[in-house]
Amino acid sequence: MPDQLGKPVLRKEDPALLSGRGRYADDLPIAVGTLHAHVIRSPHAHADILRIDAEQALAHDSVWAVITGEDVRKLSDPFLAAVKTPVQQWTLAVERVRYVGEPVAVVVAESRYIAEDAAERLSIDYQPRDVVLDPVQACKSSAPLLHPQAGTNEISVREFRYGDPDAAFASADRRIAMTVPFPRLSFTPIECYVVVAQHNAAENSYDVLANFQGPFSMHPVMARALRVPGPKLRLRIPPDSGGSFGIKLSIFPYIVLIALAARITGRPVKWTEDRIEHLVAASSGPNRVTEIEVAVGHDGRVLGLKLDQLEDYGAFLRAPMPGPLYRMHGAVTGAYDIQNVEVKNRVVLTNKMPASLIRGFGGPQLYLALERLMHRIAIELQLDPLEVIRRNLIPAQKFPYRTAAGALYDSGDYGRAVDIATGDGRLADLKKRREAARAQGRHYGIGFAVVVEPAMSNMGYLSTLMTPQAREKAGPKNGAVSMARLTIDPLGAVTVTADVTVQGQSHETVLAQIVAQELGLSADEIEVVLELDTAKDQWSIAAGTYSSRFASGTAVAAHMAAVAMRDKLKAIAAKQLNVLPDDVELASGKIRSRSNPDNALPFGRVAGTSHWSPVMLPEGTAPALSETAVWTPPELEPPSSDDRINTSLTYGFIFDMCGVEIDPVTYHVRVDRYVSMHDAGRIMNPMIAEGQIRGAFAQGIAAALYEEFTYNEEGAFLNGTFADYLVPTVGEIPDVEILHHHSPSPFTPLGAKGLAEGNCMSTPACIANAIADALGAQDIILPATPRRIHELLQANQKFPSPLAGEGREGGGAVGQNHSRTPKPPPPLSPPHKGEGNSKPRA
Amino acid sequence: MRRVNRNERVRVGLTLNGRKLAADAEPRTLLCDFIRHALGATGTHVGCEHGVCGACTVLIDGVATRSCLTLAVQAEGREVKTVESLAAPDGTLNALQQAFRNNHALQCGFCTPGILMSFTDYLSRNPHASETEIRDVLSGHLCRCTGYAGIVAAVKEVTKSSP
Repeated sequence: MPDQLGKPVLRKEDPALLSGRGRYADDLPIAVGTLHAHVIRSPHAHADILRIDAEQALAHDSVWAVITGEDVRKLSDPFLAAVKTPVQQWTLAVERVRYVGEPVAVVVAESRYIAEDAAERLSIDYQPRDVVLDPVQACKSSAPLLHPQAGTNEISVREFRYGDPDAAFASADRRIAMTVPFPRLSFTPIECYVVVAQHNAAENSYDVLANFQGPFSMHPVMARALRVPGPKLRLRIPPDSGGSFGIKLSIFPYIVLIALAARITGRPVKWTEDRIEHLVAASSGPNRVTEIEVAVGHDGRVLGLKLDQLEDYGAFLRAPMPGPLYRMHGAVTGAYDIQNVEVKNRVVLTNKMPASLIRGFGGPQLYLALERLMHRIAIELQLDPLEVIRRNLIPAQKFPYRTAAGALYDSGDYGRAVDIATGDGRLADLKKRREAARAQGRHYGIGFAVVVEPAMSNMGYLSTLMTPQAREKAGPKNGAVSMARLTIDPLGAVTVTADVTVQGQSHETVLAQIVAQELGLSADEIEVVLELDTAKDQWSIAAGTYSSRFASGTAVAAHMAAVAMRDKLKAIAAKQLNVLPDDVELASGKIRSRSNPDNALPFGRVAGTSHWSPVMLPEGTAPALSETAVWTPPELEPPSSDDRINTSLTYGFIFDMCGVEIDPVTYHVRVDRYVSMHDAGRIMNPMIAEGQIRGAFAQGIAAALYEEFTYNEEGAFLNGTFADYLVPTVGEIPDVEILHHHSPSPFTPLGAKGLAEGNCMSTPACIANAIADALGAQDIILPATPRRIHELLQANQKFPSPLAGEGREGGGAVGQNHSRTPKPPPPLSPPHKGEGNSKPRA
Repeated sequence: MRRVNRNERVRVGLTLNGRKLAADAEPRTLLCDFIRHALGATGTHVGCEHGVCGACTVLIDGVATRSCLTLAVQAEGREVKTVESLAAPDGTLNALQQAFRNNHALQCGFCTPGILMSFTDYLSRNPHASETEIRDVLSGHLCRCTGYAGIVAAVKEVTKSSP
């Protein structure tokens, strides 16, 4: 049997999905008598709820209930959040609405159509309040307060210092600074949220099906809100889910809401979110304004780094936010060897939908700022941008490398990866294209970006947010448990279950490859069942699919379970083959003597022994064939007393390089060529790895050029359909040449690193740098829509040439000529007056 | 032309993947909801209800159509084909489906049925479509997972090998 791991094995998932036999949440059968819910949402961005009159709605026949914030406040507790503030959030608005689309009430009826009819008859009186949308404005004491009891919108500020940044900045030749905003967007999955909830009144327990993705640290948050112990909230995940990209964590408030609806009506209740609801209120990544500054020598060597990261989480800080600020904290210096760092992390609330998990999770925001500044250093010091990158890369001999802020980069040869990617004439070709274009007066630019991609989060990273004293009191938090279980049935059939949820990442295929590799079988002989059920499956707070944890976590647990099973089968077979266990091998569906392969038994026969004839088992061998592996790597330590934190287990490396040309008539940015080098250690299935990289790349292009959630000055949401929110089609996605370099991770037996978020982090920065090069401009605001490119060309930003001598020595960088606040993006379509973008409800 | 009162439920009969079926519907019932929940063929998916994402694409009398922008009553007596009709009864994938598997042209699979139906219609009329034509048809669909490259490669594999 040829090796199964490392091969582009075709997917086990495909036959069912290709022939309409997928089992997505809305496809599954529901109990007879199930009612249907429709959520009524706020048309205002900030308003007091004066009165909800449900009489007309309830008069509509076959309407069973209209549920409001008052009902929810009585029956449930506010959600736990990571930051201890007096901010309270229930699953419906209580007394006040704080973003357009916020759930205000739920109508439960015998069909969704009827529930929507009844909703038209619900009258809700609001008293609008002042709105604040811009993160910088929201920090001002004059800004409208979203949560008066919190006293401020800036609900968390934490400062960190590593090494000696003051000395670095004092002694450096130059200080160069920039302000880099990152937009608010969401990688909207094509399948929206679905929840089906049942309540058992006798036991006050809930049984909920939902296309939730994890992490399952949210399960106690939901159970607490419902005021039940964990086992009384049975959560089932459907076998298939139509994409998630982090977004389907934020279904958790709706799990609680529909569970309460089931309790109130005494009937099972089903809710399927529609596209307008999803766009206006499901979730989004946080937008961020970063003030970044470096102390740098004339040679471009960076001595010190300062970051002030202001992140806008919308109307509420939901668990596990502010994750994006802290997941990247250890890797805040990226791929660079910088030991003097000062970081200020600020969390602010505004009248927008709450932000949460999204693919890239803080990486895109961090690396846009870091890589734009590295490019800027080259411009100001008149050096080659690639040289500035190379000069600061962490040298290969320093691995495993401990960063200033505490991340432990497991392996890598960054310089070598850059050499390979720029070699074979690739960089030369890009330069030739730029020269030819510029010779004809066309706007052509080259951009670079290097990122370090963390995978498998240390579940204790968020406690870095607390002061060391508070952590001391609360006790250390760390680790990330991965679990997988292997069982073999009486006829020798192998089944695997594991602690991941499925949204298209091919876990079934890769788990089968891992197990087949150890048991000498083929991947299609392995049955994989991943419909996670908290009442029957093994799970931990780290279970679920996020932070690219599969390759660095669950895959390892599956490997360990398979190795344990292999060794047990060897011991069982050795007795029957009359050889020593060390002489036994599992290959080609047989278990045989290595020295005398003819002395062999079929896999199924040996496996059957422990079921049918335990008497034949070697001394001390437990009957039944079930191996469970539970693994938490030692490298994931709690935050140290000086706030150093290793936020993830494995760290991949990406070097991106691209050429873009800007059309002077349409102002469209055309990606002429794009090269993306990845070092993700050992690749378990090259075909699937490429699929993840191309998917992340497409989302990176979306953030760079197309997607943004925009609001008008009254907080009305302007992207309510896919015609207003430009998810790229095939026409908008350029080709990408993907290259690989392999530095296996020494921290896992498989050596594989998670690789699914990298291009979400690198591509926006690489495109932004190329645009800056093409236009000779500094403030590249993403997405770089034609409108924004036009403004850049109009503004015709001039570079102060270094010789201009405008008091440059030691002073702050020229180029501070823009106000701290990014201009609110002009709405893509004419602003809506008054009503929110969703259908007028009240 | 059949007149139906707004709140009346009516019997809608059509041929779904070669089988005559009928179920009750209101005039406002969307064809996608009717196929999925009244007729029980859940292979067709709903991604936006605005006619943009393409996940709900089915064939009506051979023509690719957004079933979220079509009312069930409009499909009365018509020949509707959905993704469940593509594979052989024993499950063997057809050439287009197999090409999708060979080229990793799907990950979550939610947008896939709509794309398969669009190309089932288009390739029946233009079996040797060029890459530009393939991209043009595909631009009517949104996929969030694959970045589209595998899908283009899969359809090209079919257009090259079709007789």
